[in-house]
Amino acid sequence: MISTRELTKDFVVSRTETVHAVRGISLDVEPGELVAVLGPNGAGKTTTLRMLTTLIAPTSGTATVAGYDVTAEPARVRRQIGYVGQGNGAGHSHRVGDELHGQGVIYGMDRRAAKRRASELLEGLELKDLAERKVSELSGGQRRRLDVAMGLVHAPGLLFLDEPSTGLDPQNRANLWDHILRMREQYAMTIVLTTHYLDEADSMAERVVVVDHGEVIADDTAEALKTRLAGDRLALVVAPDNQIRIRELAEKLPGAKEFETSGDQVSLRVTDGPAALPILLGAAQQYGVPVAAAQVHRPTLDDVFLNLTGRSLRDSNGKAAA
Amino acid sequence: MTTLTASTVNLPTATSPDRSLFRDIRIVMARELKPVLRDPFSLLFGMIQPLIFLGLFGPLLAGSMGGSLDGGVWQWFVPAILVMTTLFGTSATGSNLLFEFQTGAHERMLVTPLSRSSLLIGRALKEMVPLFGQAVIVIAVMVPFGFELHLDGAVVGLALLAAFGIGLGSFSYALAIAVRKQDWMFWVVQQTFLFPLMILSGMLLPLETGPEWMRVASKFNPLSYLVDAERTLFAGDVWAAPVLWGFVAAIVTAALGLTVGIRTMLRSAD
Repeated sequence: MISTRELTKDFVVSRTETVHAVRGISLDVEPGELVAVLGPNGAGKTTTLRMLTTLIAPTSGTATVAGYDVTAEPARVRRQIGYVGQGNGAGHSHRVGDELHGQGVIYGMDRRAAKRRASELLEGLELKDLAERKVSELSGGQRRRLDVAMGLVHAPGLLFLDEPSTGLDPQNRANLWDHILRMREQYAMTIVLTTHYLDEADSMAERVVVVDHGEVIADDTAEALKTRLAGDRLALVVAPDNQIRIRELAEKLPGAKEFETSGDQVSLRVTDGPAALPILLGAAQQYGVPVAAAQVHRPTLDDVFLNLTGRSLRDSNGKAAA
Repeated sequence: MTTLTASTVNLPTATSPDRSLFRDIRIVMARELKPVLRDPFSLLFGMIQPLIFLGLFGPLLAGSMGGSLDGGVWQWFVPAILVMTTLFGTSATGSNLLFEFQTGAHERMLVTPLSRSSLLIGRALKEMVPLFGQAVIVIAVMVPFGFELHLDGAVVGLALLAAFGIGLGSFSYALAIAVRKQDWMFWVVQQTFLFPLMILSGMLLPLETGPEWMRVASKFNPLSYLVDAERTLFAGDVWAAPVLWGFVAAIVTAALGLTVGIRTMLRSAD
């Protein structure tokens, strides 16, 4: 569905400064995949998406989207794809129903077909009662659902979502995702989305592509990334006197590293947390080291990012935003 | 909840890759007019402003130089107000596009199969509609006050305004695209051009009484020719030299505006 080779994008800021926003991304997406592109602000996620959706031309490299080259045949690419940008697709001074209908006409439907399609989507995305409303009068969640509806009018086989749920509260995010996933099933859509929400990439995407400084630094399922790049974290409550002894025991566990203490808290990374914890507790009992409490933390994608870059994704976002 | 099926979506675009530019322009124009049609009162409200200007400035003009203007003050001033309405309305219209840049609607349309040039031409052509509406209202209100209407001249005069409005509207959109990343610049540039153009056209006050350099400067102002042409046309004189020069000025403005506008629109996604 998508195939890019050494895709790059430079922005010339001034005569002396050029920003290399995307530095040689090669990516293949198969039909039916749901891929999340994850990375901090300024990592090149949106720039990559804008190249794939023909909004901007690559500086070098090639990209084929839905069977057509983005540089040679952008018009054909546009007919095949749906795009939900960071902003609102529907004009704020227009009415909800008018914009949906108009979008259908843009894609070549006659007026009746466009009307039917608009009412289907209004119904499907719980916007039915809002057809006569002005877009500017909608709530954030309603507006975002309308954006998705606008992107789905022509039932594209490939849908791009640029930070679909940014700015929504958790309830609206969950609701939006319900709709997106249902639509995906009905249309057998391939979906590529960008996000800087870790939990979103984690729970929604079957494949996570981690991007940093314009390069792909990891590409796998969320589970595999976490197991391979982060490992589980064990946390124990042990009195300070016994912390050295528990450390000696813990270091024998497979993949044990990053031993940290803080007050009576002790933590470390292991390859397989659920299996390692009983072994450690057994050993502690055998050697008479009292453990007051124990927990296994499954890693997050933030841990993956930290492992890959040495920076926390949250810190990176904060810095970029500041 | 109803089930959505892709089977209801029949897209002719997949089989017919050649879209017509004409159809795209019509779609863009229809979309631009939708909010106006849905809320005609907003348009009506915008039309009151030229009337206020006429009501307040007209009497002053009549008092200070009524005697020196042939054909009465209204005959001299109403055509100029029509040009002024066109000037203000179409030069500000880029702000609508600027708003669509900010909200994301323009970006959405850039990813649809609509041709880039239709996004500019459709918008520029729609400028004719509020312009006609305003002109008709101004004329209708002024006739009872002694404004003498020559229908043939008025029709040609409106066509002339439309051509100029399309051109100036295109420039306004081009400006909006050019300054989209520093949107406050839009009004700075618009105002900077607006007032010299207006005053150096002899629209509000005759330039004959002004200094020589102003009269020379006005020769380089396309708006001067437009104002002269409109005054000639609304005096009922269709076949006269100033009308020809007015059309030259309007058509050159339209051609330049559309060229610059389309070129800018092609790069509007960067």
